[in-house]
Amino acid sequence: MTPPKKSAVDRDVLIGMYKQMCLFRRFEERVGLAYTKQKFSGFCHLHIGQEGLAVGVQTALRTTDYMISGYRSHTQAIGKGIAPGAVMAELFGKVDGCCRGKGGSMHMFSKEHRFLGGHGIVGGQAPLAVGVAFAIRYRNEDNVMICYMGDAATNQGQVFEVMNMAATWDLPVLFIIENNRYGMGTDITRTTSVDALWKRALAFDMAHSDVDGMSAITVYNHVNSLVESMRKNKKPHLLEALTYRYRGHSVSDPGSYRTKEEVEDYQKNRDPIIGLGRFLLEQKFATEEELKGFDNEAKEKAKEAEAFADESPQPPVEELWDHVLVD
Amino acid sequence: MAVITFREALGQAIAEEMTRDANVFLMGEEVGLYNGAYKVSKGLLDQFGPKRVWDAPISEAGFAGLGVGAAMVGLRPIIEFMTWNFGIQAFDQIVNHAAKMLYMSGGQFNIPMVFRGPNGAAHMLGAQHSQAYESMITNIPGLIVATCSTPYDGKGLLKSAIRNNNPVLFLESEMMYGMKGEVPEEEYLIPLGKGDIKREGKDVTLIAWNKALHKAMEAAEALNEQGISAEVLDPRTLQPLDEDLIFESVRKTHRLVIIEESWSFGSVGAQISDRVHKECFDDLDAPVHRVCNEFVPMPYNEAQEERTMPSVDRIVKAVKDVLYIA
Amino acid sequence: MAEVIEMPKLSDTMEEGGIASWLKKEGDFIEEGEAFVEIETDKATMEYNSPVEGYLLKILVPAGKTSPLNKPICIVGEKGEKVDLGAVGGGAKPVSEKVEAKASEKTPEKPVGKTEAKASEKPAVEKKDVSSADNERLRASPLAKKIAEDKKIDLRSIEGSGPGGRVVMRDLEGAEASRKESPAADVKKEAPRAAASSAGDYEDLPVNMMRKTIAKRLLAAKNDAPHFYLTRSVNMKKLSEWREQLNKGADKDTKISVNDLIVLAVSRALIRHPEVNSSWQGETIRRYKAAHVAVAVAIPDGLITPVVRNAHAIGLREIAKQTKDLIGRTKAGKISPDEYAGGTFSISNLGMMGIENFTAIINPPQAAILAVGATIKTPWVNEAGELEVQERMTMTMSCDHRVIDGAVGATFLQTLVGFLEDPLAILT
Repeated sequence: MTPPKKSAVDRDVLIGMYKQMCLFRRFEERVGLAYTKQKFSGFCHLHIGQEGLAVGVQTALRTTDYMISGYRSHTQAIGKGIAPGAVMAELFGKVDGCCRGKGGSMHMFSKEHRFLGGHGIVGGQAPLAVGVAFAIRYRNEDNVMICYMGDAATNQGQVFEVMNMAATWDLPVLFIIENNRYGMGTDITRTTSVDALWKRALAFDMAHSDVDGMSAITVYNHVNSLVESMRKNKKPHLLEALTYRYRGHSVSDPGSYRTKEEVEDYQKNRDPIIGLGRFLLEQKFATEEELKGFDNEAKEKAKEAEAFADESPQPPVEELWDHVLVD
Repeated sequence: MAVITFREALGQAIAEEMTRDANVFLMGEEVGLYNGAYKVSKGLLDQFGPKRVWDAPISEAGFAGLGVGAAMVGLRPIIEFMTWNFGIQAFDQIVNHAAKMLYMSGGQFNIPMVFRGPNGAAHMLGAQHSQAYESMITNIPGLIVATCSTPYDGKGLLKSAIRNNNPVLFLESEMMYGMKGEVPEEEYLIPLGKGDIKREGKDVTLIAWNKALHKAMEAAEALNEQGISAEVLDPRTLQPLDEDLIFESVRKTHRLVIIEESWSFGSVGAQISDRVHKECFDDLDAPVHRVCNEFVPMPYNEAQEERTMPSVDRIVKAVKDVLYIA
Repeated sequence: MAEVIEMPKLSDTMEEGGIASWLKKEGDFIEEGEAFVEIETDKATMEYNSPVEGYLLKILVPAGKTSPLNKPICIVGEKGEKVDLGAVGGGAKPVSEKVEAKASEKTPEKPVGKTEAKASEKPAVEKKDVSSADNERLRASPLAKKIAEDKKIDLRSIEGSGPGGRVVMRDLEGAEASRKESPAADVKKEAPRAAASSAGDYEDLPVNMMRKTIAKRLLAAKNDAPHFYLTRSVNMKKLSEWREQLNKGADKDTKISVNDLIVLAVSRALIRHPEVNSSWQGETIRRYKAAHVAVAVAIPDGLITPVVRNAHAIGLREIAKQTKDLIGRTKAGKISPDEYAGGTFSISNLGMMGIENFTAIINPPQAAILAVGATIKTPWVNEAGELEVQERMTMTMSCDHRVIDGAVGATFLQTLVGFLEDPLAILT
């Protein structure tokens, strides 16, 4: 047995990523359970299985960078800095939610944390992202714009339009295609002409790459180098991250379009939390007990978030009139 | 007072606001080097440079959405659609994103921007280039919709629209860009949400906007020769409507005819009619009449096109109907 | 500690779930996150992963049955743990039973007697107070209605020039006001003030339509029209002699009554004094060119005033014939509304009932009514200053002072008395 390669990444960073992934996993499990208990309703898309990507990207960013996403964005919102309690309260439609209960599962926002939403129209966030990248250039900032989208969004017309603009005008947006292989219930290969989604960038002469989204370390290292160069050259980049969701498209999805074995293979052999945990143990960065402790801590935080959301009051009904227009 | 064209007045408004606020930029097809498809943006690229004036690809959804995103982080985009007929390509960005961002985010992200361009028919452009969109876009909470019928109104309203902190949809007209009118040298603003009486009268109120306003003015002149005194009201902002002014006028004249270059089903005119019937019921001597486009796509043939849109004859006929004159 | 697992919500539109199958049986161990039951939602059949770990102690909803959301489906706990099913809140009961129980629990709460009580509170007769004429839809623009209301113009008297006869603003320009009936609400306010001493010594009778109309119209007349009264005594000698001659050989059906003679005299007097043959219209006074004389007729449940139209223009026998016919049909209830509308002056005669002298309330929009008393033999100082017995009749005219001044009314009466005391003068 060859001795493990020495990590290029600082222990504290790795431990931080591990803890964050545990929190994401436990938080989303609580969300799923709260839904089944009817604490809230509507659509609910869980991110379980895709934590490695969210954590790897987030760890490579500055707080001044911007992020936008689709409708599967609870954990990304927490990663960008929104308190778990505020996300849970938003799911419950409560007044302490990050949008005072006006957004819900698909629409998490925080101006303070530069998280520009949760958006419910597939691909609709891409033009917005390019607009923010435009503003970054306009003001000569060295921030970057992170635009998450699902694999199926790459077939939306608006996305092509703005990739063209970002590439033409050198706008610093990092398009991250979270390829979990299924657009709702349709295998992406059945609807898409290319066999790898990074090839979409070829049409625009845009820089591109792909990455194993199930490995937080790999994602972190890759995105770190990408954003550093983007801060200087202001050019867009398309990153395809291969990942996998364990749960259905939404809570009401029985997942009959894929086999149980496929799901189990990911859960057992490619799980991002197990993967990073194993690495931490190999590197002797943590003991089994410590890892268990991190997970318990995450469970506790998720529980606290739910308790916070439970206790948060309903917004006054009269608030429905607010926020249509500003003065 | 200087007499200038409509396009010059609108161009002045943009230039003045771009000078006033460095966050304002203009983007659209042909707005820069080409000086604007209808020359509204003539000279702006020279004056402000390529950082402020952007020639966009033919990607309405894309550059409209780019504007929304830029507005989310504090820029004040002016997005020009060569015509609103192309603007509907961007309806997802306007309706699902610009209109709802403030609301979905619980008041965090307002969208200070203007989408502007000509609306309605020009002359013999056929079905796809001749539609008036106010009925569709006024039906969305979160959007302000303004329109103008004179160079003076156009300049003052557009300046207010650019300064407004909400998404404003601004409707112009190809047919009016060359129209001349008096515009003061000194700066002025026309507030959004305030209508204007373009001609005073006592027997009937005519409500019209954009280029249909001029049809209404012609009809008022024709009616005057027949001893009928028509008041002509331009709401100028269609969402929100200046209902107070409308009710005041109808309470004075007791009769209302609405003229719009739009299809009648579920239109702005239908909305005004509904509000007037509800709020001025006891003041009405006749049901509100409307003169709208015939419910057909716009024909190309000149005579057919003319017949499809509100005409002076149809307006005069409607006025006589509400006055019970055979 | 046993935990109750409830029917989970597994779709956004799910309201109840079916147990497709239990993947574990009672006594089996379930890991947290392990699929242990298959649930059929409105969209799909899905495995449900256990939110807790422990032994499946009790299945509360068997496979094939459904349960609403948030109702217990099973209990998970430690091995051998006792389960208090009562504490579960009756969740073990099949759904259908529960629904029935709920329904039957609720029934006694329903106040059975209340509906009856309510019905008896209502007045026995409660019909909408609309005269038959009101039933015809009045077409008028909202503005015209408002103007009519303000100016007290009766819209029914206006011919509309708009589509379908709609009354519009211009139709009211220059239109004269007629006294409008005061709103029914005024009457209603007065009604409940009836004094009552103790229960049982009175009876509340339902008020029929005619009674309501009488109440409304006469109250309005008294309120709106300032009444004053002029009384004259008439020597009926010549009139009686004339009547006798006229009735010589006449049968019952063609006899002339005193009343017919009074109608004749009144109609001729009205033409000479059109200022009395008038009505108040608010802004104007309407002066009629024809004398349409209304005659009050008592009927069992009220009063109707059929109109002898153009009485000034027809002869005595025609007046008698028409009056007889109108009274006959009125009493038989066979008179139509237009036959008692449109009078310009009214006569009320209670002489046949022995009433010597009385005053009547004006019948709006008319400006006057003549109350005719009995013809009685009475001692009278004649023009020669001698006391003699004469057949005399006393009549009192009520006048609307807005239309008729004292002297005008007196002059009219003077003419009328002249006609009655010397019937030949009618011909002059």
